[in-house]
Amino acid sequence: MLFWQILIDGFAISSLYALGATGFALIFGVSGVLNLSHGALMVAAVVAAWAAGNDLHVGPYAGALIGVAVGFVASMITYFLIVRPLQQSRKIREEEKEIFILTATLLWGIMLQELIAYFYTNNAKTVAPIVEGVVRIVGVRTPANEIFTAVVCWLVIGILWLLVNRTRAGKAVLAASMNPRGVTLLGVELSQVYIAVWAIYGVLVGVAGVLLGMFLGVSSYSVGPLTASAFSIVVLGGLGSVSGALIAAYVVGYLETLTAYLISPAYRTIPALLLLVAVMYISPRGLLGRR
Amino acid sequence: MGSLSTTRVLLIGLVAVALASFLPLGVSGYILGLLTIAYYFGVFAMAWDLLFGFAGEVNFGPTFLIGTGAYTAGILDNLYQPPIWICVAAGALAAVAGGVVLALPALRVRGPYFGLTTLVAVLMLQNFVVVDASLTGGEIGLTVPDVITISDAKNYEIALWFMAISGAILFALSRSPVGLILQASGQDAVQAGALGFNVTKHKLTAFVISAFFSGLAGALLVFYLGSASVGTFIDITVGVQIIIAVVIGGRRTILGAVLGAIFIIAMSEALRPVGDLANFIVFAMALFVVLTFPNGFFGLLTRSKETS
Repeated sequence: MLFWQILIDGFAISSLYALGATGFALIFGVSGVLNLSHGALMVAAVVAAWAAGNDLHVGPYAGALIGVAVGFVASMITYFLIVRPLQQSRKIREEEKEIFILTATLLWGIMLQELIAYFYTNNAKTVAPIVEGVVRIVGVRTPANEIFTAVVCWLVIGILWLLVNRTRAGKAVLAASMNPRGVTLLGVELSQVYIAVWAIYGVLVGVAGVLLGMFLGVSSYSVGPLTASAFSIVVLGGLGSVSGALIAAYVVGYLETLTAYLISPAYRTIPALLLLVAVMYISPRGLLGRR
Repeated sequence: MGSLSTTRVLLIGLVAVALASFLPLGVSGYILGLLTIAYYFGVFAMAWDLLFGFAGEVNFGPTFLIGTGAYTAGILDNLYQPPIWICVAAGALAAVAGGVVLALPALRVRGPYFGLTTLVAVLMLQNFVVVDASLTGGEIGLTVPDVITISDAKNYEIALWFMAISGAILFALSRSPVGLILQASGQDAVQAGALGFNVTKHKLTAFVISAFFSGLAGALLVFYLGSASVGTFIDITVGVQIIIAVVIGGRRTILGAVLGAIFIIAMSEALRPVGDLANFIVFAMALFVVLTFPNGFFGLLTRSKETS
């Protein structure tokens, strides 16, 4: 019974982690940017969906749509206002740009966090779920929302896979992640690829955020831990490898669920952090890293 | 780096500190209290600048070192009440030990990987403090039975001279051959190694020194405030404020970090009327500095002649 419960709960939370980390890995793989405002963008999407339902009294579908739209817009602002100016800046030496982007996105994330806390307080917000009710799977009472979350996550990841592997624009993105200079030589405008990637990332962040809001609920305090968990999953899987990130998401998700059920919810995140440190000592490239 | 010689900068600094030491004669206790915190904060920022600006290590966990020092000193005082200087020394030593632990992955992994390790270190320390509440006071915080002194003026003088001495040591170090080697290893570790410098040894030294001053300042701050809490010593927001102080003041200048720290404390105070938005405005200003003049205030002063 407990076994099945852990299996089902862990699967839902892991799918959510996978979706959140996929976007993060995509951005890093293609443009080498580690976006430390990741958690803040997710929380922004959740709060938008929550506010749409609470203040504007729209239905759950429209609320979810608004949340995704806000995630998308916030991601585009992050790219055009912060990441692109730094990438193109002439005042910063090439080898220091990485550090500057890390610092600037971290600042931006905390600014969003403060802004959200100011207008919508620190209280945890749960978005009204699209699917309600409870389903019994092998004797475990499972909220239908949990199944919905897992299905949507894998649907979106599947669409992303098709987009990247089966369309011309997607192949350009894939090629850019392997060799940016080679792609420009083939006549692909790299800045277009970056914009496309950040747009995709925005949608992924929005969807992941809204699903998280329906499943667990978030507060402005979740910004740091959300960024850290996406970051650790991506490092565990190997920076730049999307399939590595998917595997790592399941490792971390199940590890956390096991700890929460078998030891204590208070220690939930600690084993995953320890595993991360261990992996970085033994093999800094992660499970399937390329860089 | 700048056109000013080391001795001249130290002289100007000494005059500024001497002038600042007369402040208690004419300024209210409230402002002295703010400046006291700003000076300790300045030491945090200078210690961080040594790692980031010179050794080139993105340490997102300055609060891991500070928190280790602060909580070690606080817990020791709470349990056994030894003389305060023993607590402070123990805090500094614990921070040095923490610095060595933190440095070990840095010798293996670089850039973002290391940044993550330090972030994880902060989260783990925070988890430990919250979970182990019987020892650390948990989320409520730890109250220490002793303080150094209750006189505003005395506390102010202690903080001022502590900052001045730490600043002089760190600044002299940054301008010394060791500082140059650190800078070289930070910018191109392979080339610095090829020139025959032991990069590992120098980086480890930088970590130990940075940890020592962070821990010492953290422990002293505990005995000024009379309490330690996650929100004042460990939270990632505190770490970000230290990073901002350095970036606004000017990286790789050590002394710019102090200006940045005083600026941040002064801004937070000046922005008090806008309430909870104050932090947002300070962070936005820091972001503006990063985007428009990445070398900070101090960089504007000393590098204006150089073309970037």
